[in-house]
Amino acid sequence: MNVSALKVGGFMELNEKIRSADSDVHITDCCGQRFMGTALAKGKKLTITGTPGNAAGAYLNGGVIEVIGNVQDAVGDTMNLGKIIVHGNAGDALGYAMRGGNIFIRGNAGYRAGVHMKAYKDLKPVIVIGGSAGSFLGEYLAGGLLVVLGIGAEETLPVGNFIGTGMHGGEIFIRTKKKIADLPAQVAVNAATQDDLARIKPHIMEFAELFEVELESLLEDNYYILTPNTQNPYHLMYVAN
Amino acid sequence: MNFIYPENEIVRNEKRCNLCRVCDTQCSYGAHEFDEQSGQLNSDDRKCVNCQRCVVLCKQMALKIVPSGNKYKENYNWREQTIKEIFRQADSGGVLLSGMGNPGDFKVYFDKIVLNASQVTNPSIDPLREPMETRVSLGALPRDIERDGKGQLVNNLPPRINLSMPVMFAAMSYGSISLNAHKSLAAAAQEMGVLYNTGEGGLHGDMYSYGGNTVVQVASGRFGVHPDYLRSGVAIEIKMGQGAKPGIGGHLPGTKIVGDISLTRMISEGSDAISPAPHHDIYSIEDLRQLIYSLKEATGYTKPIIVKVAAVNNIAAIASGIARSGADIIALDGFRGGTGAAPTRIRDNVGIPVELALASIDRILRDEGIRNNVSIIVGGSIRSSSDVVKAVALGADSVYIGTAALIAMGCHLCRSCYTGKCNWGIATQIPELTKRLKPSVAQKRLVNLLTGWKHEIEEMMGGMGINSIESLKGNRLMLRGVGLSERELEVLGIKHAGE
Ligand code: SF4
Ligand code: SF4
Repeated sequence: MNVSALKVGGFMELNEKIRSADSDVHITDCCGQRFMGTALAKGKKLTITGTPGNAAGAYLNGGVIEVIGNVQDAVGDTMNLGKIIVHGNAGDALGYAMRGGNIFIRGNAGYRAGVHMKAYKDLKPVIVIGGSAGSFLGEYLAGGLLVVLGIGAEETLPVGNFIGTGMHGGEIFIRTKKKIADLPAQVAVNAATQDDLARIKPHIMEFAELFEVELESLLEDNYYILTPNTQNPYHLMYVAN
Repeated sequence: MNFIYPENEIVRNEKRCNLCRVCDTQCSYGAHEFDEQSGQLNSDDRKCVNCQRCVVLCKQMALKIVPSGNKYKENYNWREQTIKEIFRQADSGGVLLSGMGNPGDFKVYFDKIVLNASQVTNPSIDPLREPMETRVSLGALPRDIERDGKGQLVNNLPPRINLSMPVMFAAMSYGSISLNAHKSLAAAAQEMGVLYNTGEGGLHGDMYSYGGNTVVQVASGRFGVHPDYLRSGVAIEIKMGQGAKPGIGGHLPGTKIVGDISLTRMISEGSDAISPAPHHDIYSIEDLRQLIYSLKEATGYTKPIIVKVAAVNNIAAIASGIARSGADIIALDGFRGGTGAAPTRIRDNVGIPVELALASIDRILRDEGIRNNVSIIVGGSIRSSSDVVKAVALGADSVYIGTAALIAMGCHLCRSCYTGKCNWGIATQIPELTKRLKPSVAQKRLVNLLTGWKHEIEEMMGGMGINSIESLKGNRLMLRGVGLSERELEVLGIKHAGE
């Protein structure tokens, strides 16, 4: 089903169309309408041309959303399952508290990407950001994989400040030659080993295939891996009173 | 130097004791110990938390717990508790942690407010012979009446929740309390036609059948939040804050994330469950609106959204923002509200009395003409039916009770929930302890409490000549303050007694 966002009232009507459609939906001329594909269930694909507004794919539950364009803030909030593919950049708070599924961003992501992602049983959320990511990446990370490829940002550090504050699970991979400094004491940084890279390889391959970028150099380059520092856990001493 | 003499003493009447040993087998803290050699029961006052379990269970009435009587040379400024707190921190370097709500001697305004009754000029109503309406319906009301082309009324009422009386069970997560406690609350809510609240720990598989009486909570950690969970209850509550610890997040250590707790929170076993202090996607009313509408979208606009906030400075202005954000209900939580564990300093010093917060929110929403945008639920130490009546007269549509519900189930307010060893089977996950709480028994006790309160509410309303709770809502003429300053009366919007 093809729907031009220009011909439908507001986001409520547009989302109602997506909810009630029994086939895949293609929204064209999307211009800031929020909550596109909220809680979209397995078996449905939503393609969007244009720029969906905030909170696209929130609580996504198995569906697939592909955006030909940029996305705004809070994409994939509390996502449970499914896939979000963005052929552009993403705003702030990408994949907040997501528990499962995959998000692929071709370009850059704003502040607070992957905050409080967590893993559960066989659910393991993955975010791959092609370009660079803003500050506060992966704060409170509790599980899952965050990958920043830094394509086009080879000369600078592709991440901002305060990465992984409060991180207590999961892994952050950053492709860069620059040194990653000023991390909180609770976060350990190491050069990724071949074993480490094996864990992200399938996701990088999928990224390369989705956006038709050259794979070899992405796989061969230098990655850092950030994990919770087991030597220095997040811990506050309490005394019963 | 780090010895602090126990606050309480276990007194065993040897003449009455028949050495049945109930006390020593029941105490999870090991305060009673049987000495095989001497055949004697000893007790260790240091381990006693004064939960009264042994006292209640001792058939011989041989036990009592009394203040030990040891006293520091305290004065008004340097009280015993203050001195002890310094000792504890000097020993450990730790952050003080306490259970339950603010115990400070701040004024309890409910206790300084009295109710009206009819005399001569209007008749009181006898609830035994006249119908009394205690049912309430919570949610937003539409601004305009809509008619279709044929002039017929269009039902444009947003989704609402209906209660048989203005009392609901407050958010207490599975994890902070036991599954049996959750089942008792849910079953009692179902029997009474009211609601219970999942708290932020997700929903156990056994509990979905109580969906019609469930409020599901969404907090900053988003634990257990997924589309089926959101659709399972009759309302969704966004937890922005909690009265006992405003501005503070939560941290359930990985050691407690085992078995079913890990399943309902939907995180791996052994992983810490950290609820960040803020929602990192909410920095403004606009952001809140976004979360509200994403939840409405996820549930097809079938559930009212509650936004729970703690009573703090400027709460009226904040509530006004919430009332414009698309929320259907505001839940206001006061600083006497219970909690399993809160940093002592936060518990005792942050937040404002809930009665003042409630009155100012009700007033500002009326002044701004948006009172019907939202309903108000107030919680944070509603202890009795008269607190309910006063809260409603100050502008609440309903109340939340947490601590009172726990007490009905057997809690004796020992304030040791954070030990996870609750002898009453409530704030614990230890199977030998949780099985002490029989859902059928606790359900009955909760139902009894609400039934008693309902009668009392009807009686108080009848006395005022009011036969419907709706006519009591925000009806401050029914209230008078005793011993309150002009400023306090002004904030509460009530007159002084005698006026
Ligand atoms: S429960 Fe009472 S009677 Fe039984 S051993 Fe303890 S003190 Fe004695
Ligand atoms: S729930 Fe249990 S541990 Fe907590 S205060 Fe009540 S009796 Fe004590």
